[in-house]
Amino acid sequence: MIPAAVDYVRADSAEAAVAALGEHGDEAKLLAGGQSLVPLMKLRLATPTVLVDVGRAADLSGIAVDGDTVSVGALTTHSALEHSAELAAACPLLAHVASQVGDPAVRHRGTLGGSLAHADPASDLPAAVLALGGTLVATGPGGSREIAATDFFTGFLESALAVDEVLTEVRVPVSTGGWSYQKFNRRAQDWAIVGVVVAEGGAGVALVNMGSTPMRASGVESALAGGASAGDAAAVAADGTEPPTDNNADGAYREHLARVLTGRALAEAGVG
Amino acid sequence: MEVSVTVNGTVRSADVEPRTLLAHFLRDDLGLTGTNIGCDTSSCGACTVLVDGRSAKSCTLLAAQADGAEVTTIEGLAGEDGLHPMQQAFHECHALQCGYCTPGMVMAAVSLVDEYDDLDGDSVREGLEGNLCRCTGYQNIVKAVLAATE
Repeated sequence: MIPAAVDYVRADSAEAAVAALGEHGDEAKLLAGGQSLVPLMKLRLATPTVLVDVGRAADLSGIAVDGDTVSVGALTTHSALEHSAELAAACPLLAHVASQVGDPAVRHRGTLGGSLAHADPASDLPAAVLALGGTLVATGPGGSREIAATDFFTGFLESALAVDEVLTEVRVPVSTGGWSYQKFNRRAQDWAIVGVVVAEGGAGVALVNMGSTPMRASGVESALAGGASAGDAAAVAADGTEPPTDNNADGAYREHLARVLTGRALAEAGVG
Repeated sequence: MEVSVTVNGTVRSADVEPRTLLAHFLRDDLGLTGTNIGCDTSSCGACTVLVDGRSAKSCTLLAAQADGAEVTTIEGLAGEDGLHPMQQAFHECHALQCGYCTPGMVMAAVSLVDEYDDLDGDSVREGLEGNLCRCTGYQNIVKAVLAATE
């Protein structure tokens, strides 16, 4: 399979990418690692007329811990997250979830910013950033703005980014409290049929593949905050969700998985 | 567009369409047909090559993205002294049946051994999850990768 014909523009900085996106409008698509976009282009489910390749923008890559905040450049690869000793100390949940994405070859090329901007509800990292209460930084023609992760995912494969904005940075709090990522699938390298992320001793809980967007399990979070047992909190994990039905599972089975996996995640995170 | 990639130590350039995948650049423009294309949906890993020393699926990368990079294909693995230790291990452990997945499997294994310490049977299986052998000859493949680490 071969992608449809497309023009190619290389942008070696966020500013250059913003300018190129501004010039080409919504016919353009930003290319980072390409591990989600290129497969979609080969299937011709995505047919941008211009690719703006921001993959070499060196200023958008790297991990920095400053006080109680971890800042990750949007182009930081899953592999870099997985192997970062600094991240393993400051936010082991994010490093671990990165190590569960796809397979090693995908992790060498795929980027945190790309995964978030792709906004796939079945992806691992959006749920992790949601559970951690992260903040995303978008740069556009008028400068940069911060978007709370909870406001970022607006629909299936849709985000709060404007057509001329580039996701440049992801910030999560330093988080070393109890955590877990339960990813349920039947075959290696597959997306999660359902996944559950627990961060910071249950302060943040998020669900993978339980609706049209990555989502927080707010019922579980408020139950725990109100003093509910882990078992009672897990029982409401699927409340308010509208999980998809596909070849892997129907919606009712996904609801069952969400409850079971939340229970396992809370147990692994040491939440009573 | 002009793309210039250092492939197996030699700078190779070609005028390609921007949509050209690295796998097609290697096979069709450079004649390096050791890199096989299997599933074409980023699942099977038959097209795995090293890009700047790390495994990548060449069917999921535009040639334009590899412009300026160093790419190693199966053809570039053996040295003047003979087979690469991973190739030798695959040979000695009979880690192939039909052989179609083998080039990608070997390249993924080279990258895996370089990236991870203390590999054992389980972690090799997990590390090769992106490479499918439809002869299901995994047992000897795992044996070969472990042999190559010794």
